[in-house]
Order: sequence, then structure tokens, then C-alpha cells
Amino acid sequence: MTPALTMVNVNGTDHRVDAALDTPLLYVLRDDLGLNGAKYGCGLGQCGACTVQIDGKAVFSCVTPLAAVGSRKVRTVEGLGSVEAMSPLQRAFADEQAAQCGYCIAGMIMRAQALLDENPSPSDTEIRSHMQPNLCRCGTHMRILRAIRRAAGAAK
Amino acid sequence: MPALVGAAAFALALTWRPAIATIDPSQTDSFSPTLVARGAALAKIGDCAVCHTAQNGRPLAGGRPLATPFGTLYSNNITPDAETGIGRWSFAAFDRAMRQGVSRTGAHLYPALPYEHFTHVSDEDLRALYAFLMSRRPVAATQPSNQLIFPLGFRPLLAGWKLLFLRQGPLPYDPRQSAEWNRGAYLTEGLGHCAACHSPRNLLGGEEHDRPYAGGVAEGWRAPPLDESNPAAHHWTADALYSFLRTGISPDHSAAAGPMGPVVESLSNAPDADVRAIATYIASGMSVSRASGPVVMLDRPDAAQRAFPAGATLFAGACAGCHGPGAPMTAQGRPSLSLASDLLDSDPTSAIQAVLRGIEPPVAGRGPKMPPFADSLTDEQVAATIAYARARYTNRPAWPHLVRSVTRARKESQP
Repeated sequence: MTPALTMVNVNGTDHRVDAALDTPLLYVLRDDLGLNGAKYGCGLGQCGACTVQIDGKAVFSCVTPLAAVGSRKVRTVEGLGSVEAMSPLQRAFADEQAAQCGYCIAGMIMRAQALLDENPSPSDTEIRSHMQPNLCRCGTHMRILRAIRRAAGAAK
Repeated sequence: MPALVGAAAFALALTWRPAIATIDPSQTDSFSPTLVARGAALAKIGDCAVCHTAQNGRPLAGGRPLATPFGTLYSNNITPDAETGIGRWSFAAFDRAMRQGVSRTGAHLYPALPYEHFTHVSDEDLRALYAFLMSRRPVAATQPSNQLIFPLGFRPLLAGWKLLFLRQGPLPYDPRQSAEWNRGAYLTEGLGHCAACHSPRNLLGGEEHDRPYAGGVAEGWRAPPLDESNPAAHHWTADALYSFLRTGISPDHSAAAGPMGPVVESLSNAPDADVRAIATYIASGMSVSRASGPVVMLDRPDAAQRAFPAGATLFAGACAGCHGPGAPMTAQGRPSLSLASDLLDSDPTSAIQAVLRGIEPPVAGRGPKMPPFADSLTDEQVAATIAYARARYTNRPAWPHLVRSVTRARKESQP
């Protein structure tokens, strides 16, 4: 497909990008907007490293074409906070040392944030079943779960 | 007037069933391990644990909601807990529940328990199942109350349902067929209760006996027809069906999805000969007279693109990474979309649900996994994508009113 000028709303700001409509949102975020938080893991919607939110729901950005986004609002890990001003969930991930290599973490945070926005005090079962699609190759799942519980506890 | 009251009382009396005396739970401590193992295998064929286990719940402890057109039922606890399960049920009580749909207390059971199939199970198989269930670890668990539309909470009405739909007794043996076929018929029509999903149901919720296996519904998915109208591109052979039932995928067809996943999970642990027998029996029902020449693997991207340009764009960005030419998945021997029954079907429901909910590997750790697109694609986008896929990979006419079907399917997938 030929590139075309398309508007996309990311982290509250409208951006005009010059990209073909079948381009995966992940490529637009990283290559056109320089938002490198979301990662390319499998490219097949199987691992979750590319997870971002669309209208508050966690989605795999590697299998979400730009055409599908339309006027809906995209939120990435950069939209939660920065190194200087972390969001409570980002703070909890840092405090629990949830990252080993860190490749999956932006996706983990965005999926967890989608849960906490909908349900501020999820049960352990709810956390586990919600996080089920996202994989961590290093095996820090237990710390990731602790970080989510910590953020949920802090919100109470 | 008194006559009317009398008639009503008489009718009600006909529905009455006595309670069966309770037993001391310790009476069920001494089953032979062989009998229990046989019961375990039969429970896999019957899929007991699928309905009788709540999400994240203990196996067989009940509490799973079963959505029906008449309201929501909750499955019972069938562990041998004395207070909340079937720990005080004698074999006679178990036998009556399975064959006649009457609880130990005498209450009629809803046909969500498919007793119109279980009624065909042999005495010795019922005894093995009873031994298996009664030797499980008891779990104390009470299921929520059923939520049914008025007046279906009144159980004596079920006696009327049974009069219409329950045909008790063993299945006839068909001497013209092989022993394996007859074994398959016994398992499929009895414990396996395949027709409970794969046959259409009438307004009273009874299976339409004059159209067996003509396709039904299950949890918002379509249970495809298993008769001559089965839409598969390749004719289902017993071998192909066997590998599908065992592993959840057949390279000449497609992957098990939705409620078929747990069925495959159970059958992957069932006795090999029994799964073969089921495959033999079901395949014989799908035998077709239509010319079975070589299957043409259609792929017409240009024509499909012209017909559904928006769908083409979405397909390229969302689906082609796995389903497009040269995708890694196709190199692993996964079937082309041109073989997918869901795309060939006259009813789009399962194609829609596969896109909305994705596919989980039915047998843990292996098998096909497709991500869900419910949160990334709108109803219009799902409709455009599958309309394009059908035009590209099949020669069937476009599905009408597709957006409306997606909206309805999405409602049915809300928990």
C-alpha cells in the first residue's frame, strides 16, 4: 500500500503520520513517533511485548493495523509517566525490581494498567487471568504479579 | 371447577418422583482401582468436568454458569461431599439422575444435564462412572441459584419435556456396521452427547430428531453440522477426524475453537480406541455423494481486494502475518484459510467468534493459538475483515448483514 497522511491520537496528542494504512500500529509508534516503549517480540500477537491501549483496552499493537485505530485513543507506556515522574504502577514495577532484561515490561505495564483502570482492587485470580496473554522470557512473572498487587494496594 | 382442580392434581401427581434414601458416605470407600480407572476414561468421553467445573474452580465441584435461551443454570457439585455434593447418593440415585434426569431428592433435573443421551449408557459403564466420581476428593461447594424465566423454575414442568424428548433405553446394535462403528455410535450418542451441541434445537429446547447433526449452537459459537451438509473443503475421513479430536487440529481442515477446545482436551486423554470409534461413527455420518475431486486451494487476493478494499487493508495488517502466503505458520503445516470450515460455512458465527475471541491451544502447551481481536477491531472492521477473507479464500457468496451478526456475537461473548 502507498503511504498516506493519517491522524492518530497517542497519549492525548494528535499526530499526523505518513504511513500506509495497513502498517501495524507498533511500527507507527516506534518508527514514526519515536515512542520505543512498546517492543517487537514475535510480531504475531502471541507474546505481548507490543501491548498498548486503545480506548483503555490492552491490545497487541503488532497485529493492529493503523486503519483499525481510526479516531480511537492510543496510550503507550510513555503516556503513564517518565523516569522523573513515574506513575504509581511504574513506581511499583521499579520497587519490585520486576524487570530483568526489561523487554516485556512496557507491555506488562500497559496490560496491568488496563486492569487497574477498570478494577482498582483486583483479586489475585483476576490479576493472573488478566495478565495471562503477556509472556516474560526471563521468568520474572512472580515479581510482575507482586508489582501489580503493590500498585493495587497503594491505590486503596 | 372441582374437575379441573382434580385434573391438575392428577397431572401433578404423575410428575411426582420419590426421594431415594441417603447412604452412609463410608459405603463408597471400596471400589476396585480397575473400575475407577474405567470410570475415569468414561468421564473423559462424557466431558463431565467441562460443565461441572467453575472457572478457576476445583474439578467437578460445579458452579459453572450455563447460559441457555431460558436463563442461566449453574452446574451441580458432583464430588462426593456429603453435604453439598453427591456423597450420600446411592448407585440407584445416580443411575436415575443419569438415565431419567431425576435428582436423589425426587426433583426433576434440567436437560442441561443431557440425560436424553446418558439414558443410553450401559449399566456397567454407569457403575464405573459412579465408582470414579465417588472416589474423587470431596469438595464442599454450593452453586448459585438458577436464574430462569418464569415459570421454568417450577420443576414438575420438566416431566412434560421428558415426555416429548426423553427416549429411554439402549441404542440398537446395527449388524450391517462394524463393531468399531457400533462402539462409536454408543459413545457418541450416549456419554459423548455430541448431538447436544451439533444438532439444532426447537423452541422447547429439545433436539430436532428429524434433523440430527444438522448444526447447532454452543456458547455463542456455531457447532458445525456433522451430517452431509458439513462445509469442510476436504471430506472428513475417520483418520482426519481422529487426529482433530486428539490434537485439536487437522492439517487438511482447521483448528478446534471455542467450546470444542475443552472437548478436545478431554478426548486427548481418553482411550485411543474409543476416540477412533467416535471418529469412525461421526465420519460415516458426513459421507457425501458430492464429487470428491481434488480440493482447489483458492487464493484470490485481487478480486477480494476489489470487493472489500477496507477489509484487504485490515487483513494485511492484522491477519497476513500468520495467514498470508509465506507466513511462518504456514511453514509449520497449519492449514490455509481456504480449508477453514468457519469461512466456508453458510453461517458466519464461528468465523466472527474466532476473530473476536481468538483460539486457545486446546491441549495445554501445544496446538494453534490465535490472538483475540475484540478490543482492537470494531464491529464494522471485523465484518470487513472476514468478508474479505471469505471472498479471497472461498468461492461462497458473501455473508449478508455481517455487521449485525458481529454485534450480536460480541454481545454473546460478554461474560
